[in-house]
Order: sequence, then structure tokens, then C-alpha cells
Amino acid sequence: MKNKNIISLPSILFLCLGIVVFSSCERDFSDEVKFATFPADGDVFIDAFSAGLDYFPFVDAGADPEAFSVETNDVFDGDAAMRFDVPAFGNGFVGAAFNTTVKRDLSGFDALTFYAKASKAASINAIGFGISAETANKFQVTANNLGVSTRWEKYVIPIPDASKLTEETGMFWLAEGASFEGDEGGYILWFDEIKFEKLGTVAQPRPAIFGGQELVEQAFTGSNIPITGLTQTFNLDNGVNQTVTAAPSYFNFSSSDVGVAVVSELGEISIIGAGTSNISALLGNVRAAGSLEVTSSGSLQASPNPIHPAGNVKSIFSDAYTNDTNSNFSPGFGGSTTETKVTSTENGDVLVYTNNNFTGMIFDNTVDASGLTFLHIDVYVQAPGVEVGVQIRDIGANQTLETDVNTGLPTGDDRDRRFDLTGLTVGQWTSFNIALDGDIADQKNNLGAIILVGGPNFIFDNVYFFTE
Amino acid sequence: MNKKYKDIKTIRSSFPSILVLLLVYCFSGCTTDDTQTVARFTNLVMEDNFETEGAPNPQIWGYDIGTGVNGWGNQELQYYTSRPENVKVDNGFLLITARQESFENSQYTSARLLTKDLFEQQYGRFEARIRLPYGQGIWPAFWMLGADIDDNPWPAAGEIDIMEYRGQNPTVLIGSVHGPGYSAGEAISKEYILENDRFDTGFHVFGIEWGPEYINFYVDDVLYNQITPEDVTGTWVFNKPFYILMNLAVGGTFVGSPNAETVFPQTMLVDYVRVYEE
Repeated sequence: MKNKNIISLPSILFLCLGIVVFSSCERDFSDEVKFATFPADGDVFIDAFSAGLDYFPFVDAGADPEAFSVETNDVFDGDAAMRFDVPAFGNGFVGAAFNTTVKRDLSGFDALTFYAKASKAASINAIGFGISAETANKFQVTANNLGVSTRWEKYVIPIPDASKLTEETGMFWLAEGASFEGDEGGYILWFDEIKFEKLGTVAQPRPAIFGGQELVEQAFTGSNIPITGLTQTFNLDNGVNQTVTAAPSYFNFSSSDVGVAVVSELGEISIIGAGTSNISALLGNVRAAGSLEVTSSGSLQASPNPIHPAGNVKSIFSDAYTNDTNSNFSPGFGGSTTETKVTSTENGDVLVYTNNNFTGMIFDNTVDASGLTFLHIDVYVQAPGVEVGVQIRDIGANQTLETDVNTGLPTGDDRDRRFDLTGLTVGQWTSFNIALDGDIADQKNNLGAIILVGGPNFIFDNVYFFTE
Repeated sequence: MNKKYKDIKTIRSSFPSILVLLLVYCFSGCTTDDTQTVARFTNLVMEDNFETEGAPNPQIWGYDIGTGVNGWGNQELQYYTSRPENVKVDNGFLLITARQESFENSQYTSARLLTKDLFEQQYGRFEARIRLPYGQGIWPAFWMLGADIDDNPWPAAGEIDIMEYRGQNPTVLIGSVHGPGYSAGEAISKEYILENDRFDTGFHVFGIEWGPEYINFYVDDVLYNQITPEDVTGTWVFNKPFYILMNLAVGGTFVGSPNAETVFPQTMLVDYVRVYEE
């Protein structure tokens, strides 16, 4: 009797399983279609390195490989935690990736979570997951400036779109150091219970491209424009809106006119024809805030080839010469309305100025033009009536740009030479050679800037000082 | 011998529970529904499924307009209107929307609906299926006030908060009663925390079942609190008719002000409101 009873149980179970199988809601793939899947293991560091996990310090970038250790005294839970000794300013930084040798399927999780604390209140420069040499960090996620207190607290780094993470090796990464004198350094960071979790409370996605801005830009065939400011923001269960920087491959980009612009999976816009296209993006079927309306007038005529021997030139901006100094082309003077962009074209980079009232090229290091006689500039305009005022500024021995804010005239030991670019022809490059004479004839060994007034729209190329 | 016996016993003892689990799974359907089994009252006396587009049914719903006294007593920041921008029925749902806009000297607008003088009832099961908004300073509520409030001012009139929620705590539901001696900060109240889910990503049924000596609070299929005369620190004022209110407040003492992180507009979606009696 007893035996009979036992036998009947498996048969009921079997019957029940049958019902479960046949009552499933959705049609499944047929038997021939089988996708290989990787282990859905979310553990990164619980009390030890999880299966296949390894430590890869960013030694080439200057990270201190000795900064990491496994802590067994000060832990949140269990018997081990990760410990990073963040060096004081000037002694390198903490930077490493923790990757697995075997790929993991993280598509069932919605966040990387961990407990962390610091020996003093700190802000971690960058922390996240998805660093992977194999995929060129295709699905990298970074939370910037994550504030950590001196007691153990749980932190949540949301996954922008988990369906992308079916074969991931980059489980965890961070970079933290004293980036300037006075930034926090010489302290300890601990992490424990690092794992991917399905929290169910990571919600209200608000992706963005271009930092959420609606941009308008001019370009030419051959221009390549990177899509920047890629973020995903989720609201967490504690009410915090957690924003992470998300790699381009999380997004689906689109161009409203693929005859004008196309966008690669890596978020690079290539201008391929004349016209206007609107660039937008989706992340996991949610429309990203931000867009770019790009207008291309077709190919930009190549600027004239510079003819001066390199030995006679000190260059500021030209593909033909090595720069004598780097420059800041967008100094952001107060009251300036100018937008400046270095734009790539089929024939190299050019400087595109839009809506200029006044701006300048501020040289990182002064140029000693004592032995030089001219400033060369090639100018291209697309509309009639454009005139640009050029002021070549020597900033003197004190190496400081000194300007009377009311008159715009140089003060202190500064001198300038002013010249107007006029007589420009629409749709053509016009070359100017401006003599380094006048007020700077005897003081041109500390050239520090070229100030540009008016326009308002013009393109520059081959800006360099030379002598015949 | 002893060990072997023990093993067999373990298998046998766990067998029935596995069987039960599987049987439950066998009979469970494909779709989850919100039918809760915690309430006993089944005689439906009022329902609004919000199926007619436009303004809500005027035979059930009226409005509070403006800012009340001192932001409806809570320093709330919104101006309540009955404009379609703030309240409308659309696609089978009632939408109560809080907006950030300058309106009549307020910086936000929203709506507050009430059944005062239109539907009032003593005792019963009152429930609504709602998807809540979210964000710092967002304060939706599904609640009731004693119908004699004009002659018997709050808190003596009594208040039953079937659902209150702070947008900055999207997993936390609050159910309360207020009465004389136990109002505002002294209300008799209980929080219910949703595990691995939130109230702003899907619909949930918020309800009470209210009888002569008790009010049971439930969400979906979970009965999470019962309040009886023994629990209140004053007179039990819940033996008389009450009316229903639904509103979406912005700011105020209960939630604090919205901040730069708060996303506007925010909409509370109501699928239905139903009232039953025993």
C-alpha cells in the first residue's frame, strides 16, 4: 500500500509538468533554434574574486598596481572586502578593471550594486562596468563623481539597457585619484558585496544625447561629428535620479536623411552629402532627449596649399605644419556669442566660426616671432558682405593678456597689430599675409593671441606666422 | 541504518511541498490580475471605469479649485483646476496631471476630484487601480473625508487615507486615519513597502474594507493593516458617511518642495474606482 502511494506521486508530478509545459503563454522557438548562452552569474566580489574574475590595474595610464588589496578586517559582510589605498596628490591614482575570463550573461539584471565606504568623505572620479579590451569597451558604463561617506552604504549603478549585456566580461572598474592639489587623496576606499542584481526598482529611464540639448550645426561633406553627452538616467528606490555615462552602443541612432548624414554604432556622424538631417537616438525604445540638426552645403573647396618651408613657419592651425603651440579656439570671453568648431572635411580640418561678435585664439605658449614677418590666414565665406577684424596680440614680458574692457585696446605691456580681412569672395578661399609691423614691429617675441571681431560667419584655415 | 532512514524521511517530507508548489503553478493562469482576495464585500454599488473621453462624469466627481487656505492646510504649492490640462479621461484612464507653470500666482497646477454631495457612504469596500507618478515633492492621494465636514470641521470629521505616497519614495505606500486627537503628524498610520517593484511603473489596487469597528487597508492582494477603535488615541469617528477624494499635490509639509531633479509634468493614471457594500 505504501509503495503504491510513492509510485503515484511521480506520475502526478509528471502530469503536472506536462500541463506546465503545454500551458506556457508564448510560442517558443522550434527545437532547431538554440542560442548559446553564457552563465547568468551576477556575483563580482562577495567574499572573494568570483569565478574567473581577474584584476587589471591601469598601469600604463599611471595607476598604482599596489593600491588594491583584499581586506579581511574592515568588511561590510562576510569575511573579505576590496580595499583601495588612494595615493596622495602626485603619486599616481587608483585605476583598475575587474574582468572575467568567461563571458557572463547579465541581461537578467538591472544594476551593479555594492556597499562602499571611505576613510574620509570622498567623491570617486569614475566607477562602473563594461571595460573590455575585446569589445573596445562597447558597453562601458560610468558613474562620475560618486560621493562616498565614511560608513558602509549601498550604491546602485543602473544598467542602461540590460538586453545588450548577453556576453560581458567587464564586471567592475574604477578610477579615483587626487586630480589637483587639495583634491582628496591619501585615503582608503572599501567595497563589498559587489554584484549585479535585479532590483526591480530601477525605473523611469530618461536617456540623453548631446547632454539633452537641441543643437544646430553647419558641416561639409567629409565632416565627422562625434555624438557626445551620452547618458542614461534612472530613478532609484531612494528617489535619487542616478545618471550614468553610457557607451554609444547602448543607443540606436537615426538620421532623418541618410543621403546627408549617417551615424555609426559608435556614435560617429559622417556627413556624406548636401542637405539637412536631424540626428536622434533611442535607448531601449525610449527616445533620448537631445538632437542635432546638421546642415551640409556639400563639399568644402580645399584651402590653398601652403607654400612656405616648414623651417620658416610657426603654425597655429594648419594640417600642413606641426603646431608651434596648442591654442584655445573657444576662450568664452564674457559677452561673446561666437561658436567655434574644428570641423573635419574631405581635405582636412578647418576652423568654422558661427555668429561671431568677438572671440580669439589664445595660445597655450607664447610665440616668439622676432625672426618672422607675416601672419598667414586663409578665409572662406558663404555669404556676401563678411568682414573680419584681426588683432595680433603680443602679451609682453608678463605673459598676461591685458585688455581695456571698455575700448578693447591692449593695456599694460600688451601691444597689438590690427588688420581687417575684406574683399572676400563668396564660395572661395582668400589668402592674406598680414605684416607683423605697426605697434608690434619691435615687440613680437611674446605673441599670445589672435583676437577676431565681427564676421559673423566664416571659415579659417592655415593660420601661421612665417618669414619669406 | 539510522542515516539512511533520515535521508528517506527528508525526501518524503519535502515531496508534498514540491507537489503543492507544482499544483499551484499548474492552475495559475498566464496573466496576473489584480483581483485581491483580502476583502469580503462583493456587492458593487458604485464604479467608474473612466471609459468616456473628456471630463470625468459630473454625476460622480466634483472639484476643489484654487489653493485653499494655506495650500489646503499643508502649504501645498499647486493651484487646482478642472482644466483638461490637469484632469481628463483619456483612453480608458483618468489622468490627473501636475504641471510646472505660472498660474494664478502659483508655480504649479494640478487637480483634486471629490464625490462630496454626489457619492457618500458609510462602511464598505473602497478601491482604485492606480499608476502613481514619481519625483521629489510629488504627493498623490486616494482618500476620504467625513461627509459632515462643513458642520464638524477637520479633524473631528475624520479622514481615511487609503493611499498616500511621496514621489521621492516610489516603493512606499502610506495608509492612515485622522480624527480628533490623532490628526496630522499624530495620525494613525502604517507604511507598506513594495519589494522589488515600485508604484510608478505599473498599476496597483489600493483599497480599504471598512466596517463598524475596523478599517482594513490593502494593496493588491496584501492586507497590510487593520485599524480599530483600540488603535486610535481619540474618538472613533468612522461610523458615518464619508466621501472620496483623489488628488495630485505638489510640495507641502508632507513631501517637501520639488527640486531641479523633479520631472514635470507628472501624471497619476486611474484605471477605475469601485465601491462595494457587504
